[in-house]
Amino acid sequence: MNRQIRRVGVVLMALFAGLFLQLNYLQVIRADDLANDPRNTRVAVRDFSRPRGQIVAADGTVVAKSVPVDDAFEMQRQYPEGELFGHITGFFSFTYGATGIERTYGDELAGRDLGIRNLKDVLVERTVTGDVVLNVDKGLQQLARDRLGNKKGAVVALDPSTGAILALWSFPSFDPSPLAAHDQKVVRAAYEQLTSEPSKPLLARTYRETYAPGSTFKVITSAAALERDPEVAARVYPPTKELQLPRTKSKLPNFGGATCGGALPDLLRVSCNTGFGQMGIDLGADALFSEAVDFGFNARPPIDLPAAAASRFPEPDEFKQDEAGLAKSAIGQENVRATPLQMALVAAAVANGGTVMRPHLMREVRDSEGVVVRSFQPETWKQAVPPDVAGQLRDLMINVVTSGTGRAAQVPNAVVGGKTGTAQTVGDNAHAWFIGFGEGNGKKVAVAVIVESQPEVSEATGGRIAAPIAQAVMRAALGL
Amino acid sequence: MAVAARASRRTTELGLIVLAALVTAGGYALASLGKTASLPANLVPFLLVILGLLAAGHVATRRLAPNADGVLLPMAGLLNGIGYVFIARLDPDLAALQAMWTAVGVGAFVATLAVVRRARDLEQYRYTFALLGVLLLLLPLVPVLGRNINGSRIWIRFGPATFQPGELAKLSLAIFFAGYLVEKRELLQTFTRRIGPINLPDPKFLGPVLAAWGFSLVVMIFERDLGSSLLFFALFVTMLWVATARGIYLVLGLVLFSAGAFVAMSAFSHVRTRVDIWFDPFADAGGRGFQLVQALFAFGSGGVAGTGLSLGSPTKIPAVETDFIFAAIGEELGLLGTTAIVTAFLLMVGVGLRIAVQARSDFDKLLATGLTVSLAVQTFIILGGVTRLVPLTGITLPFVSYGGSSLLANYILLALLLRISGEPLERRAAPRADNDQLDETVGR
Repeated sequence: MNRQIRRVGVVLMALFAGLFLQLNYLQVIRADDLANDPRNTRVAVRDFSRPRGQIVAADGTVVAKSVPVDDAFEMQRQYPEGELFGHITGFFSFTYGATGIERTYGDELAGRDLGIRNLKDVLVERTVTGDVVLNVDKGLQQLARDRLGNKKGAVVALDPSTGAILALWSFPSFDPSPLAAHDQKVVRAAYEQLTSEPSKPLLARTYRETYAPGSTFKVITSAAALERDPEVAARVYPPTKELQLPRTKSKLPNFGGATCGGALPDLLRVSCNTGFGQMGIDLGADALFSEAVDFGFNARPPIDLPAAAASRFPEPDEFKQDEAGLAKSAIGQENVRATPLQMALVAAAVANGGTVMRPHLMREVRDSEGVVVRSFQPETWKQAVPPDVAGQLRDLMINVVTSGTGRAAQVPNAVVGGKTGTAQTVGDNAHAWFIGFGEGNGKKVAVAVIVESQPEVSEATGGRIAAPIAQAVMRAALGL
Repeated sequence: MAVAARASRRTTELGLIVLAALVTAGGYALASLGKTASLPANLVPFLLVILGLLAAGHVATRRLAPNADGVLLPMAGLLNGIGYVFIARLDPDLAALQAMWTAVGVGAFVATLAVVRRARDLEQYRYTFALLGVLLLLLPLVPVLGRNINGSRIWIRFGPATFQPGELAKLSLAIFFAGYLVEKRELLQTFTRRIGPINLPDPKFLGPVLAAWGFSLVVMIFERDLGSSLLFFALFVTMLWVATARGIYLVLGLVLFSAGAFVAMSAFSHVRTRVDIWFDPFADAGGRGFQLVQALFAFGSGGVAGTGLSLGSPTKIPAVETDFIFAAIGEELGLLGTTAIVTAFLLMVGVGLRIAVQARSDFDKLLATGLTVSLAVQTFIILGGVTRLVPLTGITLPFVSYGGSSLLANYILLALLLRISGEPLERRAAPRADNDQLDETVGR
């Protein structure tokens, strides 16, 4: 019998050896996969039920906070400002995860990334949380919202010298509160309602939607000429009503059948399509493409928000045998696409000696005792143009506001430069654009405003619809 | 010589018991620190109760089974203690009940040692135990008494308490199998028929195998208790083979098991579901595979060192206090903790089989083997199930899971093993031939 018992022992040993192997497989080899599987809600649950820091606007307004509640999750996330900061804070949802600042600064808010300072932290890491303070000011954000009103569009304001985002508003927006609810039925219903809405309220148009930049792109075409081909920049284009596009039967007209022409300052002042179309052909695809890339096109802006969209200028190859496309691209039509954030960065570069600063929402992170553990350090993202070219562009853009299409953007006691745009869309609608900068009262601000689908297609649209919004925002930002 | 051995075994036991109590109290303190950053207010009384319970078991072995093995009781105490720490951390309400059941279990341990003075005395009651085992196992099928919990009908109501009689049936049946096999051993070894190269026993002796198989199927079909069904059948076939040394019984058992498994797979959707989940738990991670997937996430999230006591989220796993408690251990104590638990079981199994090898009578040998195999197979079924090594069949993890019937039955099992282990040593003091060698020759 003992022989059998020993054999039973061997078999049982083999079974237990299987257990040891399987445990090593699960807890060592597959451990990371299993721990980080998107369906493994452990990290989310832990974050969800632990205290979480506040998100605070530059003026001290609390825009996201957690309050204790009496249910399984223990803490309820609240967004006191509702839709005003919806696209900035994002939401913190158990079902749909986190977006916006809630996502980018998730570790800081949850207190995971603040460092360990004493024994209590080691034992109970959950008591330490971080508060994220934004560069965005509630007053300016509110002003952008009031001025844009119930029109679809976006307003971006930032400090050209630091990249600090001062306002980031787009309409329609959403209130994140229902998405952070604990009753997942409520959450799903709210989410489905928001996603089925044709106006896409969940879409942050400021940095995640791209539009044809229209005439605002002429700033980049001008920059390409000034920096890369002084001869073209000095060229005087004869006045004409329309430009015969090479190798096609079609023509590129000026808005409203106007006749225009002249040297670069005049072309930009009145936003002359025929002049810039020809200038694009004269400069060539390589120059335009390189200039657009230098300003930040074809790259995701390094903003501290998730999934920023890259603006796009087609590769030079795409313009082989297509000078017509190149001419249209030089005036920001055809396949050129830009986010409002990118166009604000173009204006900011001009106002900042050609340097594009990294756009940034977070000003500082404080721990729960108010000690600053991290603060925003301005960083250069791109050198778009040399300082002397930036100076020339600045003068050109000031000219537009002083005596051109952008007169509606004038701010008393401030130097304002800008460029209007009207990006024709399908049918008789057009997006009204204005990008620009203001300097005064010892401050600087750069803005981009887009108002979608305006019924009137004329070069005046951008100046009439978008420029006044930009004017109000710049004036408030400069404190004038 | 006997006195020295006796003294050293009991000293070992006492030392290990103190260690087990310290580990348990340390775990209890850490779990509380993890939750509230303060030491539990009742730490000292808690430690005293643990020590008290284990000391009661120790004093009982000192008095009632002085020559018994010194490792099994501390191992059981350690597993019971770690299990308690986890139950207290997962559901404080269950912890009080588990403490009470532990006391009942230790009481049953002492009572078993007191009543059963020689394991062989049980042999004469083998048919009584057979009847008892069958009754216990079928009790949940009685209309008023039985209760369906989580789709299995393996519970009976006892006033306010529920009880799983199958746990005790396991012991009764092991005692019956041992007695029956000793009685019929020679007949079962005698092969009268021959088909080709294969020798077969007289068909009428195949009866018991078929009966055990049929009985397992009844349990599986009417109580939907795959784990117990598998355990009984494995127990019987193993004991039959150990008793007779005839490989044909293993083959037969395997064939019958495969046939049963195949029939169950094709006839019962819940069995097929288990196999589907085992094959790919992630195919329906939010539905049918939820429990196993959550357990796998727990093991993965625990990694090597674990999250620390009270710092994981094992409460997401359904039935985490009972069948899936090992996953909670995996998450919070990591590979280090799970390895320690499995090692503790492996040591207990090793000790149990050593007791079987050293036991003097055939009945003792078979009973010790049966008890050890049931402990080992039950452990493997549930640990293999929650780690997805084998398809999941719900059953408790001995000593660790929450559950009164489980603790009670396993403490009695422990007492029986200790009782058997105490006997050969007493004889060894007298001159005798080496039992092992004798047996080897007979066995061949």
